[in-house]
Amino acid sequence: MRLARDFRGTLIVAALAVLFTLIAPVTLEFFTIITLTQVIGLAILGLSLALIWGFGGILCFGQTAFFGLGAYAYAIAATNIGGSTGAILIAVLVAAAFAAILGYFVFYGRVSDVYLAVITLTVSLILYSLIRRTSGPEYKIGDALLGGFNGTGAPPLNIPGDASAMLFPEHIFYVAMAALILVYILCGRVVTTHFGRVCVAIRENETRAELLAYDTRLYKLGIFTLGAAIAGLGGVFFAVGISRVTPDVFGLGQSALTIIWVIVGGRGTLIGPILATFALYYLTAALGTQQLLNTNLILGIILVIFVLAVPRGVIPTLTGWAATRRQRRALRARERRLRLRRPRGGEVAGEAE
Amino acid sequence: MDQIASDALTIVYGIANLALISLGLAIIFGMMRVINLAHGEFLMLGGYTVVVATNNGVNLWIAMLILAPLVVGVIGVVVERLLIRWLYGRMIDTLLATWGLSLLFIGIVTSIFGASTTTTISPPLGVITIGAYTSSGYELFLIGVAIALMAGVYAVLKLTTLGLLARGTMQNAEMAAALGVSTSRIYMITFGLGAAVSGLAGGLLAPITGVLPTIGVVYIAKAFITVISGGQAILAGTASASVLLGGVNGIVAFITGPTIGEVALLLLAIVLLRLMPTGITGRFFRKSL
Repeated sequence: MRLARDFRGTLIVAALAVLFTLIAPVTLEFFTIITLTQVIGLAILGLSLALIWGFGGILCFGQTAFFGLGAYAYAIAATNIGGSTGAILIAVLVAAAFAAILGYFVFYGRVSDVYLAVITLTVSLILYSLIRRTSGPEYKIGDALLGGFNGTGAPPLNIPGDASAMLFPEHIFYVAMAALILVYILCGRVVTTHFGRVCVAIRENETRAELLAYDTRLYKLGIFTLGAAIAGLGGVFFAVGISRVTPDVFGLGQSALTIIWVIVGGRGTLIGPILATFALYYLTAALGTQQLLNTNLILGIILVIFVLAVPRGVIPTLTGWAATRRQRRALRARERRLRLRRPRGGEVAGEAE
Repeated sequence: MDQIASDALTIVYGIANLALISLGLAIIFGMMRVINLAHGEFLMLGGYTVVVATNNGVNLWIAMLILAPLVVGVIGVVVERLLIRWLYGRMIDTLLATWGLSLLFIGIVTSIFGASTTTTISPPLGVITIGAYTSSGYELFLIGVAIALMAGVYAVLKLTTLGLLARGTMQNAEMAAALGVSTSRIYMITFGLGAAVSGLAGGLLAPITGVLPTIGVVYIAKAFITVISGGQAILAGTASASVLLGGVNGIVAFITGPTIGEVALLLLAIVLLRLMPTGITGRFFRKSL
């Protein structure tokens, strides 16, 4: 019952997002639309972490590793193949395959939560320093130069099957938005399936789930790989959005931001981290235009404050707050009815409040 | 022969470097089960302390060996009192809070000193010659410091009352508290000491690497791998993991170049964790410090 309602909520949000997609190009400026494509890529990244951390309970600090691998794989494959459709598929597969291998070592080694966080972070940092060193002309895959610090160019999307028919930025925006909405619906659907419920059960109590004869390692590996595939897709749109991939996609700053989106948006929701991605992207963009306050400083303060004061995140806190208010109002309404019926007993009920 | 000696020295220096940057993290992790994601920034602050002090005319040796650990140690105590204290037992929240702290430090230092390198210190002690080859005397000095630091931590833990109380708290905090040990104070001192060791390492490495607000990133990946592969025992873990990872890194880097060397280090660490999820000291040298 509740699951069906949850999924209906997902569909309602998705419908609102479709509405936004149709309105945005009409009302917003052309330049904003171009930036939006890259933010959508980031939002897909936030969504992937919302899925594996919020629902799978896997604290992955290096989600950007899969995001960056997706971006690089897309850029390299698209340059070599000459079309974007196959390249997107390759990007998603590369990210998922890498996560499956890494996840095998981590989950089947029964590495604890905290170690997992640090290992994933380390993996993305090593990728960062590795890819930064590839600046020489000898580092290339097929026709694509890796370009080291400066990164490599990412070709725009084209109509499937026709590599010369490039899409215009507003069309890429439609494609990116469609991808975000579809992935959002997919995630909303996955968490209501049997697989998703088992993952939530593992998040709540791994030992108990294991005693109920679920192979928790396999379920964790499954949701981890799915999350990585989604992150890889996010990387594709990010690369297309800025038409370039630089090593910064693997950097510590990007990893930190991803965590902050999910913390601020709230664990256990899917829409929260997406909205937080958009909000914080524009916040950091605004901070970048002034010199007084450093962006890292503000992000650090936000992270510390949320951990100490709002550990559940904005959306769960708001919905929790609304739920208690609704409950209290229902209670008061019932009391009023009781008071009308038995005028003397009302005072006692009032004191009990 | 000379070449072998020179290459061996390079590899030993790699090991010492790894031990130096990991020890502060290992102290805090081993004693308090707190993974300090702001570790890289403690190193960075140590480096900046040295740069600021020498720019103001302080002797380089005093700045590196006394001021850097002192300043960062005090910062560590403040951080523990204001932030970490509230989060004991909540490992994931500590991780996140210290990450926030790391961003905060990067932000503050960038606001004060700017985003670019600000150091002009050159490594002291000149060069030493091994037959036909030359080597940096300062690197040799750092190897000595790493060994001395290990010995120092061992002595503090084994021979002093503070070390005894700290080991007791590490083994069973509730029992120690029941016997009248102020565990809160022990935690504060431990965190401060860990920070001080990090500050010392950061200060010592400043002449070699230069300082940058984001220099912490360079260190933390390696430091984390070393500490996690080492496991809970502070000294035995750091030493064994440094030797193993630093040795493999050095040898592979010597054969194929530094890029592959770092990848080898990472791969080895991940395979190691698959075989020994609790680290080297979770399997071997269990009773060690």
